[in-house]
Amino acid sequence: MKKIERKGEVIFSSYKRGEAIHKAISMKREDILFEIRESKLKGRGGAGFPTSTKWMLVSAAQADQKYIVCNADEGEPGTFKDRVLLLEYPELVFDGMVVAAYTIGAKNGIVYLRGEYEYMLNSLEGYLDEMRKDNLLGKNICGKEGFDFDIIIRLGSGAYVCGEETALIESLEGNRGEARNRPPYPVNTGFMGKPTTVNNVETFAVVSHIVIKGGEWYKKLGTDKSTGSKLFSVSGDCDKPGVYELPWGTKISELLEIVGAKNTKAVQVGGASGICIPKSQFDRTLAYEDATTGGSIMIFNEERDLLHVLKNFMEFFVEESCGQCTPCRIGNVKLLEGVEMIEKGKFTFHHINNLKELGKSMQVASKCGLGQSSPNPFISILENFREEIFNGNGGIHGK
Amino acid sequence: MLVLEKNEMTKEIEQLVNKYGFSRSSLLPILQDIQRKHKAVPDFAQQEVARLLDIHPVEVYSVVSFYSFFNTKQKGKNLVRLCQTITCDLAGKKSVARALEREIGIKFGETTKDNKITLEYVNCLGMCDQGPALLVNERVYSKVTPEKAVQILSEIK
Repeated sequence: MKKIERKGEVIFSSYKRGEAIHKAISMKREDILFEIRESKLKGRGGAGFPTSTKWMLVSAAQADQKYIVCNADEGEPGTFKDRVLLLEYPELVFDGMVVAAYTIGAKNGIVYLRGEYEYMLNSLEGYLDEMRKDNLLGKNICGKEGFDFDIIIRLGSGAYVCGEETALIESLEGNRGEARNRPPYPVNTGFMGKPTTVNNVETFAVVSHIVIKGGEWYKKLGTDKSTGSKLFSVSGDCDKPGVYELPWGTKISELLEIVGAKNTKAVQVGGASGICIPKSQFDRTLAYEDATTGGSIMIFNEERDLLHVLKNFMEFFVEESCGQCTPCRIGNVKLLEGVEMIEKGKFTFHHINNLKELGKSMQVASKCGLGQSSPNPFISILENFREEIFNGNGGIHGK
Repeated sequence: MLVLEKNEMTKEIEQLVNKYGFSRSSLLPILQDIQRKHKAVPDFAQQEVARLLDIHPVEVYSVVSFYSFFNTKQKGKNLVRLCQTITCDLAGKKSVARALEREIGIKFGETTKDNKITLEYVNCLGMCDQGPALLVNERVYSKVTPEKAVQILSEIK
């Protein structure tokens, strides 16, 4: 089940267990924050919020308890980098959590592992036990007086929306996984009302390396606004699907060459909630400022019917919308109906254009990231592939 | 449910509450353990969890009905879940699904009469590079072909 196709120079570079923790406890807390700010590391889950800002806010908050939450609810279609990290490099992730705990002064860490990954639970628990034995977790970690921290693993139960940080916290508290209103943000009022930092699995893994090698080193890779490297989960029509570590700013065409994709018609960047990029735009770069992704890259070749792809995505969103807010609950159903109308050839352009407008309203009016991004594939596929879907011979008129 | 079974269930839930702690945040782990053991979270169990955690039963039901891995009606002893998301779909999900349906004579979403197997679709399993993916109970099978899928089923029968 493990599959890494390309090891890059950051995340997959050599690392010894506990290395980052030893280094961190010899540093001042502000210095760690400084290094992470220097590195310009942004959240690797996809939203791209600066990690240092999040940590600074939590460390500045006054509270008797603070929490570190690792978001391992990797549900975005086409993403599987966290699976690889947790199975093969758990040391990076857990050490990163300990570093975070030291930096912000937390005593408890929680890994929210998606229910579908239950098969990892035993090996991860075993790994945590080993860490406890070696005093990398527990009381007075590595001999540092007063630094106590422990990690527990909690399972999800098959809800995509729990990848959203406030929904995840709701789920941890034993509620339905429905997103909260923001503000207040979890950095002030998170798990159990206490300051909480929720970071992606990959973010913690990167932190472990930054602590050792410094922010300056990390910044050398990538682009100005998107520093460092990223794990890309590549799937679909290519010779070598798998996890690739590449610097930010890699062109889509370069990536396609590396993974051995031929006859590519479209690339879906950012999973089901991402955008679909046609051949003519393959010179776009993968970066927060251009085509951004939490890691998911899905490749479709010339033979694939993109309307079918779109339908699959919309079915996914209809199923996974938590139903809390109206734009998302009803909007996704309407968009799916629109796709089905096109499929059957029973539609008017007037109606489809209205649906695109509806999609834009959803992007603004939905409460959380699910509804704000679910119209992305609808709008981008119908826009970028309208020749094929509406006008071409392979489209609805050819059927 | 028989009284004896009810008592048994109450005892079990009391143990779970002790294990995870008397707190609302223990609700999910408790329900997950019940689901794992009984292949469902029956109405009575929901009421008992509510009573022992001192929350309203409706709160428990709202959680049970929200998450797709919980169900109130009994499912088969073995849960066979096929990933339906796009890359697995393109990799040949449909033919695997048809083979499974033909072989055990039920449709997706149904349970065999002897209560041995429940067939279900599931969203992305995170095995997109090695699809189609099949989750049998907690075990994942990748690159499943129709023939392989049927063979996996025959092993759990």
